[in-house]
Amino acid sequence: MSFSVTEPSNRTKWFAGTAVVLYAIITLLPLMWIIATGFKSPADSISYPPKVVFEPTLEGYVNLFTQRTRMSEDDLAALPPAQTWYEEMVREQGQVISGPSRYGERFLNSVIIGFGSTILCMVLGTAAAYAFSRFRVPLKDDLLFFILSTRMMPPIAVAIPIFLMFRQLGLNDTHLGMILLYTAVNLSLSVWLLKGFIDEIPIEYEEAALIDGYTRFQAFYKVVLPQAATGIASTAIFCLIFAWNEYAFAVLLTSGTAQTAPPFIPTIIGVGGKDWPAVAAGATIFLVPVMVFTILLRKHLLRGITFGAVRK
Amino acid sequence: MSHTPMERIARATPAPMARKVRGLSDRAIAWIFVAPSIFLLLAVNIFPLIWTIRLSFTNYKVNRPNRDVEFIGLRNYERILTDPDVWATMQATAHFLIWTIVFQVLIGFTLAFLINKKFKGNDMWTTIIVFPMMLSPAVVGNFWTFLYQPQIGLFNYAIGFLTGADPSSFSMIGDVNLAPWAIVIADTWMWTPFVMLICLAGLRSIPDSIYEAAECDRASKWRQFWTITIPMALPFLMLAVLFRGIENFKMFDLVVQLTGGGPGNTTTLTSIDLKREAFEKWRTGYSSAYAVILFVTVFGLASIYVKALNKVKER
Repeated sequence: MSFSVTEPSNRTKWFAGTAVVLYAIITLLPLMWIIATGFKSPADSISYPPKVVFEPTLEGYVNLFTQRTRMSEDDLAALPPAQTWYEEMVREQGQVISGPSRYGERFLNSVIIGFGSTILCMVLGTAAAYAFSRFRVPLKDDLLFFILSTRMMPPIAVAIPIFLMFRQLGLNDTHLGMILLYTAVNLSLSVWLLKGFIDEIPIEYEEAALIDGYTRFQAFYKVVLPQAATGIASTAIFCLIFAWNEYAFAVLLTSGTAQTAPPFIPTIIGVGGKDWPAVAAGATIFLVPVMVFTILLRKHLLRGITFGAVRK
Repeated sequence: MSHTPMERIARATPAPMARKVRGLSDRAIAWIFVAPSIFLLLAVNIFPLIWTIRLSFTNYKVNRPNRDVEFIGLRNYERILTDPDVWATMQATAHFLIWTIVFQVLIGFTLAFLINKKFKGNDMWTTIIVFPMMLSPAVVGNFWTFLYQPQIGLFNYAIGFLTGADPSSFSMIGDVNLAPWAIVIADTWMWTPFVMLICLAGLRSIPDSIYEAAECDRASKWRQFWTITIPMALPFLMLAVLFRGIENFKMFDLVVQLTGGGPGNTTTLTSIDLKREAFEKWRTGYSSAYAVILFVTVFGLASIYVKALNKVKER
């Protein structure tokens, strides 16, 4: 390495590195605590002082996916022997499984609504972004303003008329309604981000394709789309994470059939008091995919969170 | 535009022939591509906005559909702006807004400054630090109530361990004085990485040559920091503040899960108040007016701020 006056000294680097790692460890503690609590027994989860070393158990996960009822010891003894390991685990707590919990359903709703809205948003968004990037279209200059102004509205304020509109159309508490809503919320941002990605593809590629006898559609499909693939993928992950995490609309507009996981997880309670290991287990299953996506997304993170205002 | 080869070919070809060769005209394709998006945005963004404005002048209540809807002019607005409870929620929001921004800017900028020292593995640690802001605020907020439990909570234990206080002697979310800080701490934990990322982009945008020149002029590191680093990173810092300001003005999910607006009304931010008016008391007309007032407030403040930001950028 050549000597440079702007290169920090090794001592500076060591100090900076230590400070940042220290911060990272502190900031990760709550997340580690969620994951750890998911593997604790209910007694361990509320012990004082908080337990760092504990015997891991899957009780939290079993409780998360099942509904249970309490039974007296005599009744339990009268039952035929437990068929599965999780049934046995529940019986040790003096309970029997009475059926599956709603967590599975709610998680599936999150998947359906998340992926549904992301796919729809990408189809509409890529087409619109291409048009905004390559043609002279009215409203082009207003787009960023439009994005910002829709983002300034508190979701609760938007939810009032949406609630009325959905009630008229029979879309309240349906998957379709939530997919359309999340698509619309994400659309302006994705068009803006995708336009940025498509702007970076040299127009000469398409011109060459057009001269070779491709139609506009073919040029879009065979030349632009493959070039924009990483941009589309990272925009899609942003849309997915938004729909996945969204709470305000979900809690106001869904209650039964289409309820997603974020409004559901806080309502998990056990038999007699809050079952924190089950809540933590539900949170872990829900949060870990997002962490994986964040790692995939790291190169385009900045562009996404600032609406394309800052590009690295 | 007009002298690209594509355009020249397009102009030289007779129209019917062009259509045969190239399929639909560019204009038609542009419309086909844009129309569905525009339609959806009009239906889900613009139309409801106009509806809200209309409702804000009425006494409509969703749970009483049979009652006659009367236009009552500006009475909703009058009622809101003279209501001391509304001003109290505004105050709670201002407290939350100001302190979260102060902490996030200080910690976020420091972190970015340290990461910019390019120590080994800084990319990996940056990604790890970013995790909290990508997660669902409602789910995380719900779990923070567990961390804040007196006695068994990790947060109280850590504070007790560091200060020697009894962990069960205070309750972050049950105490009138501590609750406003409980939400500030959780939000700062969650969103500091956001400010950090933007500041980092700002610091990385400063060319090395400026520092080299300063070094030649024998400017001290301290002086370089105040006359180069800060002014050049300022537009980025201000952008981060703008985004956090808008986001926290409409804060709902994290805080509603953490404290539910309590104890009393100490952490009732405007969005939480609005939710109660609209979806618990079902005062639709009144809450529509409330929504319009909030929107105008953010919009007005943001516009002034953006003007200031542009001035800083021009310098």
